[in-house]
Amino acid sequence: MTTDQAAVIDELPAGQMEHPDHIAIKAFGFWIYLMSDLVLFAALFATFAVMNHSYAGGPSGRELFHLPEVYAETLFLLVSSATYGLVMLAVHKGRKDLVLIWLAVTFLLGLGFIFLEVREFHAMIIDGNGPWRSGFLSAFFTLVGTHGTHVTFGLIWMLAMMVQVLTKGLTAPVQSRLLCLSMFWHFLDIVWIGVFTIVYLMGVA
Amino acid sequence: MFGKLSLSSIPWDNPIIMGAVSGTLFLGLVILALITYHQKWTYLWKEWLTSVDHKRIGVMYIVLALVMLLRGFSDAILMRMQQAVAAGTSHGFLIPGHFDQIFSAHGTIMILFMAMPFLVGLMNIAVPQQIGARDVAFPFLNSLSFWLTASAAALVMVSLGVGEFSKAGWSGYSPLTERQFSPGTGVDYWIWSIQIAGIGSLLTGINFLVTILKLRAPGMHLMRMPIFVWTTLFTNVLMILAFPVLTVALALLTFDRYLDMHFFTSTLGGNPMMYVNLFWIWGHPEVYIVILPAFGVFSEVVATFSGKPVFGYRSLVYATAAITVLSFSVWLHHFFTMGAGANVNAAFGIATMLIAIPTGVKIFNWLFTMYRGRVRFTSPMYWMIGFLTTFTIGGMTGVLLAVPTADFVLHNSLFLVAHFHNMLIPGALFGFFAGYTYWFPKVTGFMLDEKWGKRAFWCWLIGFYLAFMPLYALGFMGMPRRMAHYSNLAWQPYLILAAIGTAVILLGIIFQITQLVVSIRHRHDMRDMTGDPWDGRTLEWSISSPPPVYNFASIPVVHGIDAFEDMKEKGVAYRQSDSYHDITMPRNTGKGFIIGALAFAFGFSMVWYIWWLAILSALGMLFTVIARSMDDDVEYVISAAEVEQIENEHYRKLLPIVGNLHADRQARGG
Amino acid sequence: MSHESIDSAGMSRGTGKSYATGFILSIVLTTIPFALVMRGMLSHEATLIAIFSAAIIQILVHLYFFLHMDSSSRARWNVLAMLFTVLIMFLIVGGTIWIIYNLNYRMM
Repeated sequence: MTTDQAAVIDELPAGQMEHPDHIAIKAFGFWIYLMSDLVLFAALFATFAVMNHSYAGGPSGRELFHLPEVYAETLFLLVSSATYGLVMLAVHKGRKDLVLIWLAVTFLLGLGFIFLEVREFHAMIIDGNGPWRSGFLSAFFTLVGTHGTHVTFGLIWMLAMMVQVLTKGLTAPVQSRLLCLSMFWHFLDIVWIGVFTIVYLMGVA
Repeated sequence: MFGKLSLSSIPWDNPIIMGAVSGTLFLGLVILALITYHQKWTYLWKEWLTSVDHKRIGVMYIVLALVMLLRGFSDAILMRMQQAVAAGTSHGFLIPGHFDQIFSAHGTIMILFMAMPFLVGLMNIAVPQQIGARDVAFPFLNSLSFWLTASAAALVMVSLGVGEFSKAGWSGYSPLTERQFSPGTGVDYWIWSIQIAGIGSLLTGINFLVTILKLRAPGMHLMRMPIFVWTTLFTNVLMILAFPVLTVALALLTFDRYLDMHFFTSTLGGNPMMYVNLFWIWGHPEVYIVILPAFGVFSEVVATFSGKPVFGYRSLVYATAAITVLSFSVWLHHFFTMGAGANVNAAFGIATMLIAIPTGVKIFNWLFTMYRGRVRFTSPMYWMIGFLTTFTIGGMTGVLLAVPTADFVLHNSLFLVAHFHNMLIPGALFGFFAGYTYWFPKVTGFMLDEKWGKRAFWCWLIGFYLAFMPLYALGFMGMPRRMAHYSNLAWQPYLILAAIGTAVILLGIIFQITQLVVSIRHRHDMRDMTGDPWDGRTLEWSISSPPPVYNFASIPVVHGIDAFEDMKEKGVAYRQSDSYHDITMPRNTGKGFIIGALAFAFGFSMVWYIWWLAILSALGMLFTVIARSMDDDVEYVISAAEVEQIENEHYRKLLPIVGNLHADRQARGG
Repeated sequence: MSHESIDSAGMSRGTGKSYATGFILSIVLTTIPFALVMRGMLSHEATLIAIFSAAIIQILVHLYFFLHMDSSSRARWNVLAMLFTVLIMFLIVGGTIWIIYNLNYRMM
């Protein structure tokens, strides 16, 4: 053991590594959760792929889907993704008022999406074409419904965030959560791209 | 008001079950009474149930695992006893319906409520310390994960006395698990306990992945991490990517059962084969989730007790990476006989044979670590050597089964049962026992008695061979699995031998309990004064046993593989810091426990169709999560002065002994 | 910790322009597939290829403009995690389709 080895400082000055980047760590953790959610949707898509012709004598997508409404839903969700981008820009500028406004707009657009989807489901169910009718319909309702459930949780999360921004302001934890919610929201729009392409467009084409 | 639940849901007419339930309740009451008598409720709540400390959570996971090991093993004893006698005209003492619940519970418990908690517990205890961190990335999620797992285990335990458990095996194939063929509560208990535990596992996977990637001490590049950390990393990748598929498989089955959907029904467009497909897409990675941490433990143990760095570090890492990727490409080998064509079967058969190769690489790496090392035959090394030999045999039977044509003969026979137990017991369980023994002093501050540990090992090893080698023979003789009764009397001698093996394992478990009791009783004589009872190589041995809540007063800087050994060789191993600073730690919270309790209520109410309770408990979980996010007071500070005091105390005891440690190493030629 | 903000955090971030560009591209990449299917302008195969391509491109647009996934070191682990996840998704979806079609053909 030489003197220079003995002189090796085996610790960092106090402070370094003591304050890990909490926000980045939380965001990364949430990203990993989104990866698991991707796999969840992959399994649902796989199920849909093998069951999308199991009509059991019942109706097919072509007979059930109304593409204009689906287009409207898609636009609602897409615009809401863009407005959430405005939320994040406002966060970076520290503008609490703009954050609240754009969160509210995003919320309403998301609510519009859910309203249209519920209306679609309701109409199908009233006609006796609910998920119990066939394997195809079970797969359809489950895949689209799981996405819709995720969106609904996102809306609840948005409400909670609006309350937090109002009561606490743009503190670091609040910013961190808004960042995670933005990832969630964009991710849900990405999954919707898969849904409208594979379920609706392919189903009707 | 109570859904399907009524007093007649209790299986009054089954004396074995009622005996087990009474025994369990009695034991539980004794424990509650003891806690009350010693006035430990406040301590238990403040220090353990609300803890977000990875070291405490790890211990709770292992306690859960050991308790569930006893329950799962009781199921094994019952099955072996039944099969030893239920030949020809004798029908044994278990009715088939009960026997079916037993083998279903045995598998479910051993994999999901024994192996998973055990490995997660070891990960919890060791990983943050090995990477030089203070805690995991998300301590609250850690607590939540534990309580979800515990509440799911509670659901399984409750199913014994209230209602029934599933009779459809731990794998729950449709259409048997559809409501038409399994109308009782059994399958629902099985579904909800696994779903709840699965969420816990997913959260753990995320937690440890982020911890390992983001919280390593400075200088600890990925290729300088201990092998146990690498295997944990890959295990977590598997958990994150595989568990969602199980969630979907079970959710679709749930929709079939509760909402009359047609995913896996035999009519109206359902496809029962799709269940099998989805289940095993999860199921195969799951067995790698169970085995990789054990491989990690063995890597640590073999290096420490051979006094050498592990051989072929890089190849071990690449082999584990290969296993991780390949584990998603073999799942069809669990259903070669379901009817796919030769091309499909061949592709998956080849992939299955390929995946044996990286494990073979690891076996050689461990052997070469021992070669020309100064091997110390401690009880962890006993488990290691028992593993090396026995697991290799089981691996070879796996390669045999990988050939689809061979599997057509052996699928679902006792040969298969012998194979996977050959993987899980000498592989996973011996690894967990080795890890338990190895890290026990770090957690508690005293050693486990070596004598009783070695006796337990021999019983487990001999018992395992006696219990399972006959099953290989029986598989070749044509005996299927899961039989409550059989008419081929030629099978009986083998099954009697297997039952004897089970008794020897029971003796091993008794010895392990004895070991614990003896060690606790003699704990003052067996104290680990230095924090480094084994002359270890990795960072967890550089702090006291047990460590302070913050683990490291100052985060160490790492300069190579086997960071602590590196420090020892450079003579800087036992240096105290000259200055301390305030340390911020996460606060304890009861919200993990509360959400776990609500999850139990939710699962129970879904099983019994108590809808109002299901809705209330679901909303309760949601509100608790939101309440947690509203809470800004989630940390506390340990002052520099307090840290200094704790560290001074440790070094005061350590430094007189450090000289001896150096002398020991010299004597060993290290 | 009060000095922390998502600006000091090591994260990629967007600008008004990037969100606007992503939005416009997405509108186009949504409208074209819907129009193709609703108007039936191309053959069945061509329509399928078109809508799938549009979907993949739009997903990439979302990833780049909305989720700020790029080749910077800040996003590296995120990109790696996603690539690996996508690989597993292909194995799961592709494997399932292959297996189930094979089984259905032989067994049902």
